Amino acid sequence: MTDMAGENGAGDQAMSQGDLFSKFDGIIQQRETLLSSGVADPFSLVMEKVLSPTRAICNGRETILLGTYNYMGMTFDPDVIAAGKSALDNFGSGTTGSRVLNGTYQGHKECEEALKEFYAMDHAMVFSTGYQANLGIISTIAGKEDYIVLDIDSHASIWDGCALGNAQIVPFKHNDIEAMEKRLRRIPEGAGKLVVLEGVYSMLGDIAPLKEMIAVAKKYDAMVLVDEAHSMGFIGPNGRGVAEEQGVLDDVDFVIGTFSKSVGTVGGFCVSNHPKFEVMRLVCRPYVFTASLPPSVVATAATSIRKLMHGGAKRAHLWENSRTLHGGLKDLGFQIGTETPQSAIIAVIMPDLERGAAMWEALLHEGLYVNLARPPATPANMTLLRCSLCAEHSVEQVQTILGMFERAGKAVGII
Amino acid sequence: MDRTEVETRIRSLIEPFNKKNVAITDASTFAGDLEFDSLTVMDFVAAIEDEFDIIISMNQQAEIENFGQLVDAVCKLQDD
Repeated sequence: MTDMAGENGAGDQAMSQGDLFSKFDGIIQQRETLLSSGVADPFSLVMEKVLSPTRAICNGRETILLGTYNYMGMTFDPDVIAAGKSALDNFGSGTTGSRVLNGTYQGHKECEEALKEFYAMDHAMVFSTGYQANLGIISTIAGKEDYIVLDIDSHASIWDGCALGNAQIVPFKHNDIEAMEKRLRRIPEGAGKLVVLEGVYSMLGDIAPLKEMIAVAKKYDAMVLVDEAHSMGFIGPNGRGVAEEQGVLDDVDFVIGTFSKSVGTVGGFCVSNHPKFEVMRLVCRPYVFTASLPPSVVATAATSIRKLMHGGAKRAHLWENSRTLHGGLKDLGFQIGTETPQSAIIAVIMPDLERGAAMWEALLHEGLYVNLARPPATPANMTLLRCSLCAEHSVEQVQTILGMFERAGKAVGII
Repeated sequence: MDRTEVETRIRSLIEPFNKKNVAITDASTFAGDLEFDSLTVMDFVAAIEDEFDIIISMNQQAEIENFGQLVDAVCKLQDD
C-alpha cells in the first residue's frame, strides 16, 4: 500500500539507468505542463521590498499581502525591532552552537521564560524551527512499543516526526471523533499512546473539536500533543490557542508552537507541565544536534510574545477581518473551505490546478498575494487559494481585497 | 475465522473501492493493479479495521503490497 507520510507524487516505474532523480519526473512534468500554459510560476515569487506586515513590492508592483501567516502583524513592531537590534549589537549575529553546548544565551532563557508566562506552564523548550519542534518531540517521546494516533490531515512536520521515530503510526479520518476512539480502543492494553492533534488545520482553516477529542484521549489514558501553530496569539481569551478557547488546555500534555506566524520571526517551541519535561533537552536529537537560534531572533521572539499577552484589541480586529472576508467571498459566489470563519485562514476552493494558478496570477496582477496550495499538501487533492489575514489589515484593505477577488474571479470564469 | 472466510469478507469490502472491476488474485497490488491513492487506502483500511476490529498501523501497511499479503496480515492480526 502507499505510504501517505512519504508520498512524492511520482511513480516508481520512472526509475531508470541509475539516475536517482528519475523519481521526480512526474513532478517536473506537471510543473512544465502548468508553465507551458503561460501562467507565471506560482512557486517562485520574490518580494523585492517589504513595506509593512500587509504590503510589499512584488514584481515592481505594490501588493497587499494575504498569505503570510503574519496574523498579529508583529514583524514591524517598533519594540520588537529595537530588541532585535540591541541583541545584534550586544550578543553578535549568531551562537554557532547547540543549545546544550555553547548555544544557550541569556536571550534563549528569557524567551523560554516568556513562553512559560504566556501559556502559564511549568516548562518551555525553544527549537530552531517549528518543524523541528514537532520532529523532535514526537520522534523522541513515542518509542517502538508505543502508538501514535493522529489526524490524517496533520502537518508534514508531524508526519516527519512519526517517520523519524519508531512508534506504531495509526491515522484516523480528519476531525472524526468516533474514528479516533475506535483506534484508541483497539490498541493493545499496556501500550503507550500519544494522540497528536492540531488546533487549526492550515489547509482549510478549520478547527478541531479538541474538547471532545481530548476527553476521549484521556478516557484511554493517552497523552495528548496539540500543535497550535496557527492559533497562537489569536484564538483563546489569552491567545493560547484552540485548547484554551475550548477550555481544555489543562488536559493537553504538550503544546507545540512556532515563532514564524503570530510571533513574527522564526523558531519553534514545546510547552508542558510534565514534571520530567527537562530531560528532553538531553535526549531530543533535533534539539541537540543543531545550532540554536541567533540572539536577535530570540530577543525579537521574547519581546513579541510578551506583547501578544496584551493583544486583546488586535485579536478582536482580526476576528472582524476574518468574518468580513469569509462572508464577502461567500457572497461573491466563491466556495470556501469552512462554512463559517473559524480562524484567520480563509481557504478558497479552486475547480482545478490550472484555473487555480490562473486565478492566483490574476490576483497578483490586481496587486494581491495569496498562497496557492495544491496536492499532495492539500486534503482530498484540492487546489486552494489560501488567504491568511493579519490584525494590521485595515477595514478598507479587506474591502479592496474583495474587489480584487471579484474582478479576478470573473476574468478567470470561476464566479 | 479461517483464511477462506477472511478472504471472502475482504473481497466484499474491496468491491466499492475496485472502481475498474479488476479481477483480484492474491498477487493483485493495491498501488499498481488497483490504482489506490492514499485517500482510498485510508478509507479501505478503516473499513477492514472496523470489520475485523483490528488495527493495521501504517508500519504494517508498508509491508502489505498485494491482496494475498493483506489477507495473511488480517488472519495474523485476528489471532493476536
